[in-house]
Amino acid sequence: MMKTKKLLSAELFCVSHNIEISFISSLQKAGLIEIITMNNVPYITSKQIVQLEKIVRFHYELDINVEGIESIMQLLQRIEIMQNEILLLKNELRMF
Amino acid sequence: MIYVDYYKILGIEKTATAAEIKIAYRKLARKYHPDLNPNDKDAHKNFQQINEANEVLSDVEKRKKYDQYGSDWKHSEEFEKAKQQQQTSQSQRSRSYGAQSGGDFSDFFESMFGGAGAGGGRSRQAKYRGEDFNAELHLELIEAYNTHKQTITVNDKNIRITIPAGVENGQTIKIVGHGGPGTNGGPNGDLIITFKVSNHEKYKRLGDTVYLTIDIDLYTAILGGEITIETLSGKVKLNVKSGTQNGSKIKLAGKGFPVYKSEGSFGDLIVTFNVTIPKEINEKQKVLFTELSKM
Repeated sequence: MMKTKKLLSAELFCVSHNIEISFISSLQKAGLIEIITMNNVPYITSKQIVQLEKIVRFHYELDINVEGIESIMQLLQRIEIMQNEILLLKNELRMF
Repeated sequence: MIYVDYYKILGIEKTATAAEIKIAYRKLARKYHPDLNPNDKDAHKNFQQINEANEVLSDVEKRKKYDQYGSDWKHSEEFEKAKQQQQTSQSQRSRSYGAQSGGDFSDFFESMFGGAGAGGGRSRQAKYRGEDFNAELHLELIEAYNTHKQTITVNDKNIRITIPAGVENGQTIKIVGHGGPGTNGGPNGDLIITFKVSNHEKYKRLGDTVYLTIDIDLYTAILGGEITIETLSGKVKLNVKSGTQNGSKIKLAGKGFPVYKSEGSFGDLIVTFNVTIPKEINEKQKVLFTELSKM
């Protein structure tokens, strides 16, 4: 069966979040988000929206540039992996 | 109600300029922002405080009122009445951090300035999803063994959720859209449920593997035999080999815990044999054991 993806127009996202489309392009260049282009219209998959909103907050509310966001996202990913490991170890310790 | 020193929270002097307030706020916001401190309740609390401090000190009118009545907040009502008579211009809500901040302003703030975020100063009117709500759900190990439905109450609202078999202690699931309302027409936040699965007296679980210790008598250990054990999925007959040692283990494949969200898949059950030595023996047994010891 073919997998379907829910898409949101990048322009609509920018309008509703009051941000520039060039910011979305810079995120794509940095590999932070994936843009799907159909009929010359850029789209964002719905799965990326929560992540994208987080990035928008980093940039517009905390004045963090794209390079900084890239590092933060990597570190947050590492934190998540470590938190899962801690959970596993804590459950292991509960056995004794 | 306690007086809140907003200058102290932002680590600035009372004479700080608007630019200094902005710098201090940004610095602390970067440190405590909920996006940068996932699952850190202390950071969320600190962020609420600095957000509230900034809401007041970055707004000329609010700062003026705070400086005048801050430590004597009860008089602020009179000030407010006088102010309302003069003011005709409308204020816009602009608390853009609502998304992750956990939202609430202190009683002190509410008392001095009314509703949370009212008359804010930031101009960017972005749509943000509401704050995420966190809840804990306690389950017995046996409950986590089967997929079942449960009704939970969050903020006076009943939500019926399906708990998949095999959920882990400390694991979280997200119920989309059941968190706080969004800001400026943004979507609702999510409800994040953390499961607390109790330990069982008899069965010890690690991931999908279940550990069980069973007692067998000396004679079964030496001669072997058939025993019946109680697993999480029911009774199982087990052949004990002759010469089974104390502490030895056997694995029963597929008799452990269900694999999370993988229907029909189960982990293993590890059975440890605890050979029990009779504490008291009769005369006849004593004679027989003595004979055995001489063979």
